[in-house]
Amino acid sequence: MNKSQHLSNKLFRDDIEMLPIRKGFGDGLLEAGKKDSEIVALSADLVESTQMQAFALKYPDRYIEIGVAEQNLVTVASGLAAVGKRPFVTSYAGFSPGRNWEQIRTTICLNNRNVKIVGSHAGVSVGPDGATHQMLEDIALMRVLPNMVVVVPTDVHEAQKATLALAKIQKPAYLRLAREKTAVITTEKSPFEIGKAQILQSGSDITVVACGPLVYEALKAAHTLTGKASVEVINSSSIKPLDEQTITKSAHKTGCVVTVEEAQAAGGLGGAVAELLARTYPVPVSRVGVHDRFGQSGEVQQLWQEYQLDAPAISAAILATIEGKQK
Amino acid sequence: MTTKQLELTANEIRQTIIKMLVEAGSGHTAGPLGMADVFTALFFGGVLNYRAKEPNWEERDRLVLSNGHINPVLYVTMSKAGYFAHKELATLRKFNTRLQGHPERTRLPGLETTSGPLGSGISQASGMAYGLRMDGKKLQRVYCLCSDGELQEGNSWEAIMFAGKNKLSNLTVIVDRNNIQIDGNTEDVMPLEPLAMKWQAFNWHVIEVDGHNFDEIIGACNQAKAIFEKPTCIIAHTIPGKGVDFMEYDFRWHGIPPDKQDIPGDPPKAVQDRVALDRLRTLNGRIRSEHE
Repeated sequence: MNKSQHLSNKLFRDDIEMLPIRKGFGDGLLEAGKKDSEIVALSADLVESTQMQAFALKYPDRYIEIGVAEQNLVTVASGLAAVGKRPFVTSYAGFSPGRNWEQIRTTICLNNRNVKIVGSHAGVSVGPDGATHQMLEDIALMRVLPNMVVVVPTDVHEAQKATLALAKIQKPAYLRLAREKTAVITTEKSPFEIGKAQILQSGSDITVVACGPLVYEALKAAHTLTGKASVEVINSSSIKPLDEQTITKSAHKTGCVVTVEEAQAAGGLGGAVAELLARTYPVPVSRVGVHDRFGQSGEVQQLWQEYQLDAPAISAAILATIEGKQK
Repeated sequence: MTTKQLELTANEIRQTIIKMLVEAGSGHTAGPLGMADVFTALFFGGVLNYRAKEPNWEERDRLVLSNGHINPVLYVTMSKAGYFAHKELATLRKFNTRLQGHPERTRLPGLETTSGPLGSGISQASGMAYGLRMDGKKLQRVYCLCSDGELQEGNSWEAIMFAGKNKLSNLTVIVDRNNIQIDGNTEDVMPLEPLAMKWQAFNWHVIEVDGHNFDEIIGACNQAKAIFEKPTCIIAHTIPGKGVDFMEYDFRWHGIPPDKQDIPGDPPKAVQDRVALDRLRTLNGRIRSEHE
């Protein structure tokens, strides 16, 4: 492990702490709200599950309930930003940005308004709610929009840091959050910067670029391959801007890449990395992610296994990609 | 301005709209001509608080054009108000212009938002009104102009519900009730009536006016300022294509400029703009001269 990353000392232990990533957003928003009185929060009837509750209770005058109306959610936020507010809007990712993409495109991105869109309950790990509530296309939808920043934090600490960092930049941004408790792999000391990827573990045979809750699965995969393959694991929570330099440099060193994400690989992190390397340094790229399918009801581990997103699936992808490189 | 001066100003704005649309070779005709009186009332009738030479002046009222496709009337009015030079109007819809085919805020100082895709203007205006109220800016008002056709968008009603609930009394929406949209008359495409009752049911104060009567338009805007606890909707009944007899009331002029398409019964393509300007100059004989 890369010591400069200050990762949890409980990595790969059974007692590794498990917390929902979205909680980090809730804590971060509260903190950002304390520092900046122009920050306002808007929710579309999901104040508690999107973790906006603490802000809403502490700053009732700066909390706006929109009701079940996601198009209005983002366009009211655009108007608030127009008069100098810094709005954070939350809903489930399936509805925002799922339902209101055009409003985001026109009134936030083209208009260049400082609105932060927070999509919770992304990925198949939402679990029993099934495909309608397991947003997999949001990274692709947001990444393609000019002016939009896209961040997919890996755990609760990173979500908090990302929220604080996004509160400071005067740009439209999308923050993607998962529902279930996930492994807390970073610590308060771990570095975070928008536009920067972190090399969590150095290696020479292959580069694994991961984001979100699956970064831990990627780390576990690399761990189980100790002795068989030297795996470089990169946490690329900043999807846009992508840390082109770190990823390209790593591909130079290892000669092949696997991307890992809990989203459609097409257009997601996998798409972004493949597009980057096609331009800067073409090497074999395998994409672990959902491939042209919808999710379904189930428990997290069941679903990660079914969609080939867990550590064993990532290990298999790593070995197959290294083998492909050598041919 | 006196009512007579406002009428002449609106007529000049209509002339310029026709000229710039012909120059551009594309764009919308019926809506801009129909709304020329409302825009004239807002900018020159003492309704809007603005400084053309200081477009980001903090204390200004906000004007959100929701139905961005009628922007020729906004551009011409803004130019006349002093935001930019008259000659720039000839660049409408041309490459690198600040006068994009649909308004883009970041290109032209003075535009409050980017619009074109229908149904999101009332939401944005509501957000502005809410934000201004949060800051205690009670005297600043937000005006949103929208079309009747875009009230078929669900987003419009989400916003109308939101503004009603939050009693955004610093928000005035003016609906261009011209009864036409691209595919036909609104009541045939997707009926809107009883329109006033719908807004009232969402807790808005509703005033219906003749959208070509300056006293009524300005009076309604002043009345809105005196209404507390509710946002105001002014339903402005307008004549699409106002001022040009062969265009008036005809939905086929919604989205095309003169000289683009022969419409049976209208002047032939080559002379449409000339005929339109000639008839406008006198408003069918009602005004004999601009300098009278």
